[in-house]
Amino acid sequence: MMSETAQGTEENVMTIDDAKAPTGDHGITARDLDIYYGDFLAVRKVNMAIEPRSITALIGPSGCGKSTFLRSLNRMHEVIPRARVDGTVLLDGEDIYGPGVDPVVIRRKIGMVFQRPNPFPTMSIAENVLAGMRLNAKRLSRSAADDIVEKSLRGANLWDEVKNRLDQPGSGLSGGQQQRLCIARAIAVEPEVLLMDEPCSALDPISTMAVESLMLELKSDYTIVIVTHNMQQAARVSDRTAFFNIDGTGQPGYVVEMDATEKIFSNPSQQATSDYVTGRFG
Amino acid sequence: MTPSTTAPRGPLGDRVFRRLSVSAGVTVLVALAAVAVFLVFRALPAFTSAQNEIGVGGDNGEGEGFLSYVLPLLFGTVWAALIALLIAMPVAVGVALFITQYASKRIASALGYGIDLLAAIPSVVYGLWGIFVLAPVLARNVYPWLGDNLGFLPFFSGTTSTSGRTMMTAAVVLAIMILPIISAISREVFTQTPALHKEAALALGATRWEMIRMTVLPYGRSGVIAASMLGLGRALGETMAVALILSPADVISLKLLTNQNPNTIAANIALQFPESTGLEVNTLIATGLVLFAATFVVNAMARRVAGGEVND
Repeated sequence: MMSETAQGTEENVMTIDDAKAPTGDHGITARDLDIYYGDFLAVRKVNMAIEPRSITALIGPSGCGKSTFLRSLNRMHEVIPRARVDGTVLLDGEDIYGPGVDPVVIRRKIGMVFQRPNPFPTMSIAENVLAGMRLNAKRLSRSAADDIVEKSLRGANLWDEVKNRLDQPGSGLSGGQQQRLCIARAIAVEPEVLLMDEPCSALDPISTMAVESLMLELKSDYTIVIVTHNMQQAARVSDRTAFFNIDGTGQPGYVVEMDATEKIFSNPSQQATSDYVTGRFG
Repeated sequence: MTPSTTAPRGPLGDRVFRRLSVSAGVTVLVALAAVAVFLVFRALPAFTSAQNEIGVGGDNGEGEGFLSYVLPLLFGTVWAALIALLIAMPVAVGVALFITQYASKRIASALGYGIDLLAAIPSVVYGLWGIFVLAPVLARNVYPWLGDNLGFLPFFSGTTSTSGRTMMTAAVVLAIMILPIISAISREVFTQTPALHKEAALALGATRWEMIRMTVLPYGRSGVIAASMLGLGRALGETMAVALILSPADVISLKLLTNQNPNTIAANIALQFPESTGLEVNTLIATGLVLFAATFVVNAMARRVAGGEVND
């Protein structure tokens, strides 16, 4: 299913990350993960190690379950009625599906950016950034709130564009700005992991570039998992790539292979992967 | 607006359908205009006659003038409707939230069906139920307690009625009657909250209630207000239930628990009309015109709120 090759480059990445992360490693491990919608098995037996402080891309044809898998990593999958999973997902060695684990707590540790930018329409830019902080029911002092807003917007490369209109509605921004606002909102709560579900599919090329360069900056602090339909994007930004496939409609999706991005795009071990990345299907 | 502006040359079906839909639209306007014209013409004598001739019913104030006749009634109408709205709105919003956000599909549809059935009960049945069931129960178990413990508030002061035929009972029954429309519309707007926004809140680590507060309520706010206005409009015009329940008097009073209650315009017309002749009929119709205007204002406000809705 998945070929773990210990390449020199990856070894380096890991040592650097270990040095930067004294507490917990923020990596994710999925073990024998089956994902269901009701009785329908949508994704079967995923075994995957997502390396900390790197970008992992999930690619594959439509309907292969990559978004479903992504949503199971922060327990957003179960928001859909009768959706459930079997198996384990370890974050810092702890099972996020373990008994007594509150999904709300998990989602505060694992942020998510969606396909379409979704700032809260009734909130200003600053309020959008602070939305997650307010949830923790903590009283924020004015100056602390201002600091978080500035830090998060700077982190999302949006500060210079919006610093003069923080009190205006977030829905007034362009699509690319809205998406970066959503990233700012996600990183404001300082999660360990950032999940991105086709974050650029609704954006123009220039906004896409802005988000991609932002991802490259963010990976020094966050573990990033991105679902993308754009193979150039996966090749540009990710360190490792997992290829999902599906045998036919009604069949469950599965991981064909996972490897260093370079290898997946130049010399994959599986024929199906090769066919997909060279554009022969999908 | 007129059907004869541009005669479209198209397939027969298109032309027929166009005629049909235009005439349906025109019919509504004609009916509305007909009612308005009737009200204005028949009410006119009440405004133009010498004010000392105006008054309805022998004993309560023949010859008091139209304004002092209609004011207590207008007050009673608005007062009863407001109290009803105050009771119904939180319940309706709560029900709508439960149905759309918390309940399982089966419970949600059963409850939704039950609430809709409330709208199908004729108002005279509500009135009878109010008199025979609700009024005695409230008068025995609730009103004495309210009077004893909250009597310092003007609303609960005065001699508590033992029959229970009070403004409070009427308002409770009105509240039940307007509950379905408010909850149905609230339900509709709550369901339409974009999943995108709800997921954004949940993904930030919001609990269910926090998600509702961040997305569903702000999104549905204008819809709920518009729904409440429609409910208010219905409560303003409700006749039979109030006529049966309320023990009326010619007063303006905030007291909710006494036997001396301001009547509502619609109930007053229903009660007085059979006994009225001549100028008395004109006066009653004039009060109807006032009610028409009041309802119109409420509906216009609802329209403005609902139309001003800016959600993406």
